[in-house]
Amino acid sequence: MASTTTLPPAPASKSGSRSDERMGRRSPFQKLLGRPEVGALVGAVVLFIFFSLVSSTFLTPSAFSTVLYGSSTIGIMAVGVALLMIGGEFDLSAGVAVISSALTASLFSWYFSTNIWVGVVLALGVSLGIGFINGYILIKTKLPSFIVTLATFLMLTGLNLALTRAVGGSVSSPSIATMDGFASARAIFASSINIAGIEFKNTIFIWIILVAVASWILLRTKVGNWIFAVGGDANAARAVGVPVTKTKIGLFMAVGFCGWILGMHNLFAFDAVQSGEGVGNEFLYIIAAVIGGCLLTGGYGSAVGGAIGAFIFGMANKGIVYAQWNPDWFKFFLGLMLLLATIVNLIVKRRAELK
Amino acid sequence: MKKFSWRQAALVAAVVPMLALSACSSTGGKPAETGNAGGGGQAASTPRIKVALITHAPSGDTFWDIVRKGAEEAAAKDNVDLQYLNDPEAGRQAQLVQQAIDQKVDGIAVTLATPDALKDVLKKASDAGIPIVSLNAGENVSVALGAFTHFGSNEKLAGEAVGTKLAAEGFTHPVCVIQAQGHVGLEARCAGVKEEVPGTEILYVNGQDMTAVQSTATAKLQASKDVDVVIGLGAPITVTLIKSAADAGSAAKVASFDLNAELAQDIVDGKVLFTVDQQPWLQGYMSVDALWQKKRGGFTIGGGQPVLTGPTIVDKSNAASVLAFAQQGIR
Repeated sequence: MASTTTLPPAPASKSGSRSDERMGRRSPFQKLLGRPEVGALVGAVVLFIFFSLVSSTFLTPSAFSTVLYGSSTIGIMAVGVALLMIGGEFDLSAGVAVISSALTASLFSWYFSTNIWVGVVLALGVSLGIGFINGYILIKTKLPSFIVTLATFLMLTGLNLALTRAVGGSVSSPSIATMDGFASARAIFASSINIAGIEFKNTIFIWIILVAVASWILLRTKVGNWIFAVGGDANAARAVGVPVTKTKIGLFMAVGFCGWILGMHNLFAFDAVQSGEGVGNEFLYIIAAVIGGCLLTGGYGSAVGGAIGAFIFGMANKGIVYAQWNPDWFKFFLGLMLLLATIVNLIVKRRAELK
Repeated sequence: MKKFSWRQAALVAAVVPMLALSACSSTGGKPAETGNAGGGGQAASTPRIKVALITHAPSGDTFWDIVRKGAEEAAAKDNVDLQYLNDPEAGRQAQLVQQAIDQKVDGIAVTLATPDALKDVLKKASDAGIPIVSLNAGENVSVALGAFTHFGSNEKLAGEAVGTKLAAEGFTHPVCVIQAQGHVGLEARCAGVKEEVPGTEILYVNGQDMTAVQSTATAKLQASKDVDVVIGLGAPITVTLIKSAADAGSAAKVASFDLNAELAQDIVDGKVLFTVDQQPWLQGYMSVDALWQKKRGGFTIGGGQPVLTGPTIVDKSNAASVLAFAQQGIR
């Protein structure tokens, strides 16, 4: 499964055509249906129409901007997590690593009274470092990534709390809003862009760019083929000369990079970060990738799928509020939405495979 | 294709910003040490005793950080060896109490958010002759579970205080934002508000993720245009709600429960109407101090009634004086 940009060969057609079906041309429509994210896309459209019908505010541009913002904060991480999942691994430390990154930048520049940007660059190093360590331990020990990143998750949770208290004297990082470089950093990581009178958070655009870059890497570069290969069968990939170690470590570092971007957004949007945040979010990222058609076993999926998964989650999350349903049922509806979206995803994919 | 060296690019990306910026920030950052930051004075000359403070707090919560600071300051003054333990899960909190009993501590201060889970293990503590003080949650069950006194604020009372003040200022449609669905104390606060202002609505958000808090609250404010005030149940949540109101272009004002330095500043600046403080520092301090008093002379404070540490209202009239203490992390 070196380059699985399309589905595995479809079953032979019943008409008994003489030509080898593997050589046959597929219509553009069939090609589209064969994409990993198409099921999620249908799910997203269904959900969008549904909420448009039940809520009058859902379709207003400003509401749409809010939905996109909510989706982008999950989607940015889902990009890295989807790539990693295609590469056959999990990262349970992703949610907490976001906060670790934000705390690093905040506490370092606060404690040493440096320009904020010094902390931001250091945080990038720390985020990539966490990814590298995850990947390195995984490769060296050959333990499942579930165990390795669960350990990092717990360690980071502890470090976040202990170091924040030790350095800042409180469990929440001190406010850095008045420090040098804050304004420019906020402009880059947590500003809004006004399009036709509607404020759009810039995380939305960062998200779109990340998805585009990740899709390009997956579908148009050698590295993309490596990712599919190591996720499909790492040993076979190694046998044909794919640098498995480098690819896997690189994927974990890509998750770290996404975590850094989101961490910086959290920090500069809210000035201060609470050290206990982030726990549990790693599952949202994985859920987004899975809804988007990434296989839990690796080797199959797409970056666009992860983005659509995040969008579905963002729509369900905010749509329930716009629909003004009884809040006691919020979590139930959220779960139901996700289940329905995934089932639609599944049905569409099965039908596509039968064609 | 042109050869492109990633190594060089990374080096440039890392070094250029470092060089371009002067490394030091002229404003903000860690304040210079101010010498004795409080908690000073001589420790009591009584023999050293061991006290366990066991709470249902999640790790990394700002509110509980203040409780802990109060407890630590009392411990320093009273020559107490304080052990702070916390677990949000009821069963595990009970196990922590059991561990304290096993260590033969001289006193236990415990929060009673889940009285049923704790009653058996507290019975054991009473049987072992360990004095118990309850704090924060559980004033109604405190005596029944063997505590000789309770320090806390009644959550419902605090909610009513907020509701009364909102009603007096003419608000009719508040949204009460709960950051942990099903949390008894938080639900009681909103119930108290609703009792005074019947138009109150409840919104649940994920308190573990500030971006989710912000966007969900924005969604709510966009959906219901007639909301005139949003109420945050914790200081960091409220600070985020200010941004939601701005994002949604809503005219809704913001009110709050609890306090931290940023929130105090926002009240001074007029961005938040007021907050109801339950003085968590006092809860920690008094609990440890009461256990020491018990040891010192068999004293019991409160006359069998809970000792209330709140609600106290912080608004524009007194926020400036509170701010100084909030910055020290004790309000």
